[in-house]
Amino acid sequence: MSFSNTGSVDGSRAATAVPGSRRGVSLSKWKSPRLRRVLRGTVGILGFLIVWQMVPLLGLADPQYLPPATDVIVVFVQKLTEPSFLIAVSQTMKAWVLGFGISVGSGVIIGLIIGSSTFLKRATHSTIEFLRPIPSVAMIPLAVLFFGIKLESELFLIFLAAFWPVLIQVMYGIADVDKVAEDTARSMQLGFVSRIRYLVWPTVLPYLLTGIRLAAAIALVMAITTELIIGTPGLGKSVVQAQANNQITLMFALILTSGVIGVAINGLTRVFEHQVLFWHHSVRAEIAA
Amino acid sequence: MKFLGKIGYTIGLPAVLLLGWWAYASIVPNFFVPPPGVVATAFLDVWVSERFLTDVLPSIARLLVGLGIAILLGSALGLTIGCVRWLRDVLEPVLEFIRAIPPTITIPVLLLLVGINDTMKITVIVLGSMWPVLLNTVEGVRAIDPVLSDTAQVYRIRGFARLWHLTVPSASPQIMAGVRQSLSLGLILMVISEMFAANEGLGFAIVQFQRTFAIPEMWSGIVLLGLIGIALSIVFQIVQTRVLAWYFGLREVSNAV
Repeated sequence: MSFSNTGSVDGSRAATAVPGSRRGVSLSKWKSPRLRRVLRGTVGILGFLIVWQMVPLLGLADPQYLPPATDVIVVFVQKLTEPSFLIAVSQTMKAWVLGFGISVGSGVIIGLIIGSSTFLKRATHSTIEFLRPIPSVAMIPLAVLFFGIKLESELFLIFLAAFWPVLIQVMYGIADVDKVAEDTARSMQLGFVSRIRYLVWPTVLPYLLTGIRLAAAIALVMAITTELIIGTPGLGKSVVQAQANNQITLMFALILTSGVIGVAINGLTRVFEHQVLFWHHSVRAEIAA
Repeated sequence: MKFLGKIGYTIGLPAVLLLGWWAYASIVPNFFVPPPGVVATAFLDVWVSERFLTDVLPSIARLLVGLGIAILLGSALGLTIGCVRWLRDVLEPVLEFIRAIPPTITIPVLLLLVGINDTMKITVIVLGSMWPVLLNTVEGVRAIDPVLSDTAQVYRIRGFARLWHLTVPSASPQIMAGVRQSLSLGLILMVISEMFAANEGLGFAIVQFQRTFAIPEMWSGIVLLGLIGIALSIVFQIVQTRVLAWYFGLREVSNAV
């Protein structure tokens, strides 16, 4: 399996040059189901907004605590030009980028090192299984004591949460290298570098991308959670301030913002995954379906 | 000998780390890093007491109730949405959006809507940890092996029989993957909801210790949270190996070939 994959990895370089043609075929061929999905999705979003609008207006919920959708969207749009809001968003995003980068980088390096050695894998297994389920938020007080109410605290907590999925996925990936392919590589006398390049890397990559996708979402949750609880500057802190000032509509607008950021991050990681893994059968099957 | 080696591998690194902690704490006395012995004593003093009943048990009860509701609701909704194609198309964007909202940010709002009480904390846990189960179930239903699904159709297996014998088993590995994510998320939300707004519970106690600089006690609380996390993951693994025994067996066979 991995060998057929490696073939496509090389072929992929050529294929990326002409993605338009491939997309063109799939578009014309699958236009109607895709269009239908988009239409249905739009209906779903509109329906959701209408329900949200009606619930407070009909008095099913106190409009003071659940403002109607239009109010929230108006505030959201107003905020988009306000410097304080943009600064808060950029502070959250800065923590996200740094924390995410640190987690992925160290997860890949440590994962590759541990995963390639049977001794290290056995020696660290119990420790990893023990440390991984510890909720990172338990370390919030520790972070406050060590780093204070600063970006470092946020990065520390993001790292504690987002590092594990990357590490585990990379290790899973190495363990999943196809036995037949491994034996074939050995009998073909592939050297160390080409074994990594053609055997390990194509197998690890899908796992790594799953880890990256998980880590990206977790990093955002942890960034906002830290801001919410210990008050490092960012969106989370803005929510707390809005609550203190009883600005309910603003709170909802901020939550909406965090959702938009979350969707953007999920979308980007998914697009990235598809771009990198278009040769992989899971992605190919999806395109065909 | 083999057995001894296994034990060595299991406790080797943890022992080294503990020793390192102890050495660090005794060589460089640091007010914030008490030696492991002090933390252990504090652990016994603080948690093996009345506090266990007033702080720990209510927290765990809320967590379990919240997780139970989240898993039931998530898989039931996921099966429904996954089986009905138009419903899936309609709801997909909305669900994607709601899932993308970091669940902790909704705590201040729920606080206003529900008030500071058990219902609010359980609602937070349910709302936050339902999504991984729900979306994984939808994905699992969607990814049913087409050969199996065609076979079921040819044999006119429909309705409940199809759901029970085809859909649920096919989706179960994915559902379990979702449950696993839910467990850790639920624990996080339990802690956060108590740190943010509560006058009892584990999260509250830990923050309280930190604010009063009761450092060994704070560490012992972190250790306790870690132990709860580990216990949850062990229970999960036991359940998973039971529920998915057939799946792991199948994979092993196909790997061996």
